[in-house]
Amino acid sequence: MFDTIEQRFRKLKSSVDFCAIRYVEEDSETLAVRQGKAEPLRRTRDRGAMITVFHRGGYGYAATADCSESGLAAALARATAWAEASADKTVFDYRQFTPPSPQGRYQGPGTDLPLDWNRKALFDLLLSESAAAKGKDERIVDWSADLARLDIRQRYVTHDGGAVDQQFRAILPGLTVTAYADGEAQTRSLGGQYGGLCRQGGMEIIAEAGLLGAGRRVADEALQLLYAPNCPNGAMDLLLMPEQMMLQIHESIGHPLELDRILGDERNYAGTSFVTLDMFGQYQYGSPQLNVTYDPSVSNEFASYGWDDDGRASEKVWLIRDGILQAPLGGSISQARAHAIGKDMAAVANSRACNWNRPPIDRMANLNIEAGDQSLDQLIAQVEHGVLMDTNVSWSIDDSRNKFQFGCEWGRIIENGQLKGVVKNPGYRGISATFWRSLKAVGNGDTVGVLGTPNCGKGEPNQAVRVGHASPACLFSQIDVFGGEA
Amino acid sequence: MMRTAFAAIASHLKTRLLPDEHYTLWLSAEQTDFVRFNHGKVRQAGQVSQAYLTLTLVRGQRHASEQLSISGNADDLALVDASLLTLRGALDEIEDDPYLLLNTTPQSSERADANVLPASETMVADIVAAAGDADLVGILAAGPVYYGFANSYGQFNWQASSSWNFDWSLYAHGDKAVKRGSAGTHWSAENIAADIAEARTQLDLLRLPAKTLTPGSYRAYLTPSAVAEIAGMLNWGGLSEKQLRAKKSPLLKLAEGEQSFSPKFTLLENTGAGLAPAFQAEGFIRPAQVALVQNGKLAGSLISPRSAKEYGIEGNGASSWESSESMDMAGGDLPTAEVLQALGTGLYISNLWYLNFSDRAAGRITGMTRFACFWVENGQIVAPLNVMRFDDSLFRILGSELEALTSECELLVDPGSYGARSSASQRLPGALLRSLNLVL
Repeated sequence: MFDTIEQRFRKLKSSVDFCAIRYVEEDSETLAVRQGKAEPLRRTRDRGAMITVFHRGGYGYAATADCSESGLAAALARATAWAEASADKTVFDYRQFTPPSPQGRYQGPGTDLPLDWNRKALFDLLLSESAAAKGKDERIVDWSADLARLDIRQRYVTHDGGAVDQQFRAILPGLTVTAYADGEAQTRSLGGQYGGLCRQGGMEIIAEAGLLGAGRRVADEALQLLYAPNCPNGAMDLLLMPEQMMLQIHESIGHPLELDRILGDERNYAGTSFVTLDMFGQYQYGSPQLNVTYDPSVSNEFASYGWDDDGRASEKVWLIRDGILQAPLGGSISQARAHAIGKDMAAVANSRACNWNRPPIDRMANLNIEAGDQSLDQLIAQVEHGVLMDTNVSWSIDDSRNKFQFGCEWGRIIENGQLKGVVKNPGYRGISATFWRSLKAVGNGDTVGVLGTPNCGKGEPNQAVRVGHASPACLFSQIDVFGGEA
Repeated sequence: MMRTAFAAIASHLKTRLLPDEHYTLWLSAEQTDFVRFNHGKVRQAGQVSQAYLTLTLVRGQRHASEQLSISGNADDLALVDASLLTLRGALDEIEDDPYLLLNTTPQSSERADANVLPASETMVADIVAAAGDADLVGILAAGPVYYGFANSYGQFNWQASSSWNFDWSLYAHGDKAVKRGSAGTHWSAENIAADIAEARTQLDLLRLPAKTLTPGSYRAYLTPSAVAEIAGMLNWGGLSEKQLRAKKSPLLKLAEGEQSFSPKFTLLENTGAGLAPAFQAEGFIRPAQVALVQNGKLAGSLISPRSAKEYGIEGNGASSWESSESMDMAGGDLPTAEVLQALGTGLYISNLWYLNFSDRAAGRITGMTRFACFWVENGQIVAPLNVMRFDDSLFRILGSELEALTSECELLVDPGSYGARSSASQRLPGALLRSLNLVL
């Protein structure tokens, strides 16, 4: 089908300045069990194309699932009409942007082998973990496990000869347990309740993500939380584990560094940014321990790819080095827009669309914190009075991505350099512009977790996109920590 | 054309079923022009034509579903045939589902409103002209939206309408802006120009020196838009029968009688007055109204067919995720015109943003103020507010601290478009609170 689509596109007659087609095939299947019974089996089979046109300074797109010759011709006509209609009304003269004409192929991990997706065996696995979670304990009131597979193929073709093929496979395991007694309910999960253990690759992800044996462990932790005291309130040291660090990176580094936000595109919906164009190259974003990269090369991370959806080749870029802000998360178009207003800065291959039916915008992809040199024991040993928190459950941040409040599923007191008891409802607040300067120490490679989210929301029209975050454990000093209701 | 294509697939499937098989079909389709604005100009303009068909194949108590993107052409039939084979194979590998519940008594319906929208290019030209030199940012979505249901028992439901939704803000400077949104089936350039002109008049207030509050407790008035965000938290599993039973609802303590809302608070699922389709994916017809909260007490929940079967209770046509799609909150007795006077000194909160639970089981939530929020003294707006974080309990906000609700309610049409344009709406009053806890 890919060759047929390309041939149909190349046969289209057009005199526009530039046009491209992005054809996407996406298949998925989800197996889930809840309270010992299989949930309905759900599959998706999604096919469609977006044609993008730049013409006379205007920009138009048209997306369609009708990939016949006439369907694509109609899409080209509609995209051209929008480019022409907007040419004298655009916020940016798109003639100042030269679209790339890429060539190549990217094959993600796991795509070179058939997938051993044995439904019966996988349902048995989910039911087994689920049964282990429940045991015979009346206090376990809700328990579920799920497993999803995702296969994506796409081809990007430009009118001037560019052609890129990309293929991805991902596995998304999950397991959640709720314990309840005496009016109190606590929920614990494997990797978070919103798909945090999403990774590219094949069936090996199931074991790597820790699904095997997770049922009993997660249920035990839910029961521990049920009888734990609330997290204490006050300023204290905070040790964040990767299942929470991924959210901390995402909300208070990733989103504020998106160049389209800084340029104002998102102000009506996802918000603006406290970061301004003149901060790059000199702003002290965090302590010297903070090193942040866009890294498409981490094996299995959820948003690895070879080219973004505007055809820019991906490469590792340092966004924050030794605490100093270096570069925004902006694709080629945003880079050209910044240049047009006199601000030159590095571009990152992160102009991305969630599917064939949404246009590319600046999005995080693999946004990671580089490992430091401290073992987990060394991090804990530095804490006189503090809390360890893991696994995000609540996230809220202001529209400039500054004042945040995050909550976790799991907390442990740290006293005099030693881990102590479990605490429930752990949360903390801070301000992005100052929070990262309190980064005291960064864990080594042994503390790194590879996580992500399948549902990062942004954009008008709205898009939920796949994002990866790899992070070590990180220690922060004197953070405003709190617990739940008494 | 979309109806014809959908009906053809429904008819075709009947010829492909084996004797012991049934099917259901759910269609969500649209042809939408999305035009994004920034600085009063066009940032991205385009069209999305999409039609997602969910085919569920049923054999006894076994069932499996596949969602397909269809083109509306004759070749969709081959796609459906292939899907049928895939699902048939899947049924051999799964167990019976004890909670499957389908509507087997056909209740067909049809509603198709005429499209009276002008070309989207005309709307865009009207908006850009009305914005002039104003810093307008936002999104216009316009075009037809279709919903369809069909099953092998002979039921056929169809809803087609063409509408626009313009969700936008006018910026004064920095993060100080006026937020507006409107939607409809008829376009009026004059009304849009008047809306933008009215919003411009508020920008002067936002240019006053901003006030930064310290954390603490403040009297507050929440506009209907701000109340919508609070009510949205009830909708995050709060009103779901399944979540209530699983002890995961934030209204757990309300259900168990440990907490209560104010007697002023009454909430309905009002499908009869909303925009969402009156039929759902298993073929059940939604009642015109479902009482959810009555004078502060939990009066009901949203019950999907699956929950109805699982718990042996009557369903009420909720979708599988059991959230409100046509939320209707009763008004009170405070005239909107008297809000500032009634507030006296405190916060006028136009919009809230990015709410989440800080202690879900306790019904405690957090979130931010956003857009045009003001400090009010003695009934007069004195200064715009810098953004603040609140952390408070649903049972205080809609309970002990709820002093009054406005007598007028506002219809808010969801501009959301994750996956597809939303058909959800909320009708809500403003709320005057004795206190709201700010923490950062």
